[in-house]
Amino acid sequence: MQTRGCGHICGESSPGIGEAGKTGEWRDSYPLIDLRKCTPAKQNKPACFQCWLYCPDAVISKTIPVQVNLEYCKGCGICAEVCPVHAITMVAEETSCSS
Amino acid sequence: MIDKKSGSNSDIQILDGNRAAAIGAKLSRVQVIAAYPITPQTPVTEALSEFVERGELDAQYIAVESEHSALAVCTSASIAGARAFTATSSHGLAYMHEMLHWAAGTRLPLVLACVNRAIGAPWNVLNDQQDSISQRDTGWIQIYARNNQEILDSVIQAYKIAETVYVPVMICYDGYILSHTEMPVAIPLQQDVDRFLPQYRPHTILDSSNPKNYNLVTLANPRINAEGVLCHGYMELRYLLQEALQNSRETIRKVGQEFGELFGRSYTDLLWKEKMEDADIVIVAMGSLAMEAIVASKMLREEGYKTGVLGLRLFRPFPKADVLKALSKSRLVVIFDKNISYGSEGAVCSEIKAALYGSQVNAAIRNFIVGLGGRDVTAREMADAVKKSIASLTEGVPNKGYPEWICHI
Repeated sequence: MQTRGCGHICGESSPGIGEAGKTGEWRDSYPLIDLRKCTPAKQNKPACFQCWLYCPDAVISKTIPVQVNLEYCKGCGICAEVCPVHAITMVAEETSCSS
Repeated sequence: MIDKKSGSNSDIQILDGNRAAAIGAKLSRVQVIAAYPITPQTPVTEALSEFVERGELDAQYIAVESEHSALAVCTSASIAGARAFTATSSHGLAYMHEMLHWAAGTRLPLVLACVNRAIGAPWNVLNDQQDSISQRDTGWIQIYARNNQEILDSVIQAYKIAETVYVPVMICYDGYILSHTEMPVAIPLQQDVDRFLPQYRPHTILDSSNPKNYNLVTLANPRINAEGVLCHGYMELRYLLQEALQNSRETIRKVGQEFGELFGRSYTDLLWKEKMEDADIVIVAMGSLAMEAIVASKMLREEGYKTGVLGLRLFRPFPKADVLKALSKSRLVVIFDKNISYGSEGAVCSEIKAALYGSQVNAAIRNFIVGLGGRDVTAREMADAVKKSIASLTEGVPNKGYPEWICHI
């Protein structure tokens, strides 16, 4: 069988970060976390982490304080929706093309 | 029986087409079978489940709730490294439509037996070829069998073809006319099939120790993946599928030749020809209809017409060059289609016209739509249609806009 380029004949790849490129470029708003309200930061305990649990792109860390990887965060806003203490606000990016 | 030419042993049994397909799959040592019963394909699934249950076939028979799932199971099995088989008809094939694209797009060498049946509405369970023709653009190789021997032989060859070019193959045969009609079939010995058909070697494999993503969102343009390798975009992968089909003709021919050397029945030619040497009037048909056309041609020969029959064995990829060569001496080509591309004409007719465009062959073309929903097609009707076409040549119209239907309107 003749192969060219990557040698693949179907869409295949190894699992890895950034398979689809830096998807943070797709974002039109980013999550801003108010650490005065965020439970793990406020209590200095590994608690809550609802944003980590629900983030569909797994870009939120389960740390104190939680951190968002903005290179890959697409700005979907699910973290802001699920935060029980309303610590997360979606803030519009200044330009439509953040890259 | 020992074939004199190849020295190969075989056992002749009286079989219907469905049993022939099931035995073909068994001899190919399929490892996973997932199918959902539908008339007239049901006996294929029954036979295969019996083989598995009796321990004659070492395979997983996976019961599913629909044809869409059946092909999804086969697709998954194939990507995990198993040789998989399914069979369906009509609405079942329509229900598989989405998965047909996935299987071909992932380049999985599946084999599917399509027992050709009309498609609703209105409801009908009898034969025509509308079901498989409706799936012609899914990227599958399509082979049409004329008799039960060809069904069995084609299923075995299909695995070798599919696993060489990594394109799935659909073996199509007419419902009832072949599926439920018994005729003598030579069954090759397992040891000979094993010599002919090597173990399945997947082009890619899903393995838990080496995880992979398949068919993620693939953008139009090539892009660099996480490992820094430039990967094909959607369009490149689709080009490779087209290229694989274009180039598969040689593999199909070679596999047919190897089969002939081992079993004494050669499939080197992608077309079936009957009395074509001196024919200037050619009847074209696909599947069992090509056999009826031979009878019609004999009648016409007795009346003094120089007719021949061109039976299409391969529909996708369409053997353009072979068709062009076969029709080089014809002045009239009469094409019988058991399908209709509504608003246009029969699918075979369109292909023949496209093959002849720009060539030196200047034959008039006539197209008849016949046998839809199991309407009987007699040799006499076909002969009369050819004579009507000959008479119409005086009108000087080489290519009529729309086909004629042989029906009561």
